[in-house]
Amino acid sequence: MYQPKLFTQLEHLTLDRRRLLTGTGKVTLSAGAIALLTGCSGLAGDAEAKSDIMADDANILNSALGAEREAVAAYQVGAESGLLSPGVLQLAVKFQDHHKQHTDVLAKTIKQLGGTPDTPMTKYDFPTDQLKNEADVLRFAAGLEKGAVSAYLGAVPLFGNRDLAKAAASILGDEAMHWAVLRGALGEDPVPVAFVS
Amino acid sequence: MTPPLLALVLGLLGAAVLSDRGAHASAVGDADRGAKIYERCIACHSLARNRTGPKHCGMIGRVAGTQKGYRYSKAMRAWGKVWTPESLDEFLENPRRTVPRTRMGYAGVKDAGERANLIAYLIRENGPGGSCP
Ligand code: HEC
Repeated sequence: MYQPKLFTQLEHLTLDRRRLLTGTGKVTLSAGAIALLTGCSGLAGDAEAKSDIMADDANILNSALGAEREAVAAYQVGAESGLLSPGVLQLAVKFQDHHKQHTDVLAKTIKQLGGTPDTPMTKYDFPTDQLKNEADVLRFAAGLEKGAVSAYLGAVPLFGNRDLAKAAASILGDEAMHWAVLRGALGEDPVPVAFVS
Repeated sequence: MTPPLLALVLGLLGAAVLSDRGAHASAVGDADRGAKIYERCIACHSLARNRTGPKHCGMIGRVAGTQKGYRYSKAMRAWGKVWTPESLDEFLENPRRTVPRTRMGYAGVKDAGERANLIAYLIRENGPGGSCP
């Protein structure tokens, strides 16, 4: 699977740091290099503070993971609804695939941070009774994408590790594009505002 | 500054703060506008069902971290406050400062007016005629 370079780099860095934290590593990074990993230069000396930051970052990623998994499930419902025309169905499948990729990368990164990805929900109870035509499905998906953009926007400033903030922003951009395309498909102004919130 | 003058200045400052709050306070927050703010929460929450975050129906007046069928962080369970307009305002301004180590990975709603509208919406939906059962 295609893996964004950012995360590949992150994997490398994080693994080094974990070895460093447990003191078993043969690799020694300079204090400056460690500081780069957390994005907080003042914390380089304090292993406990660093593992707290990693745990907090993993928490943030876990709530994003929950939302991404739900998006994958929601697109499945949309795709199987029989309400979508071929063009829209193609979009739904493609966007679902993006969310799957986000899910994979988030779960992997949570593990790299020493965390455990939350167990997926066994069932989502979507408002399927309210999905009666293609526009309903598009509107439902657009609402989820918009919510996802807001969620990432609310996550970006929280990360202790700036590489993760960048990665979250990269996902945010993708989901904002989904939102715009879905609005366009609904015949609405695809880009109604200059700022997302 | 003489004490009476100081008192006056402080009084005026207080009044300014209060009227600013008054304009936005949850009691007079605009629930319709709050519904738009709530769209920021719907990647994780809904009123009626537990999702990545707990459902928001039945929340007002209940102790934080006690929604049945939802697994909260230790931090949220230990916080122990009752959800009122005031505690919601405090939490939503900066969730992770208010409840350190909460699993809600969201920076919060920094604008006091937006927060007041959001809280007015949550209260309306939880009240008589709202969409909560
Ligand atoms: C990225 C996902 C996410 C977003 C976005 C989000 N939340 Fe949360 N929220 C959570 C999680 C997860 C919890 C559980 C926290 C814990 O257990 O520490 C939670 C808990 C809460 C609680 C405590 C509820 C209780 O039952 O005690 C409130 C109140 C709340 N959120 C309000 C909001 C509001 C309002 C918004 C939108 C402005 C919002 N949240 C946005 C994930 C999110």
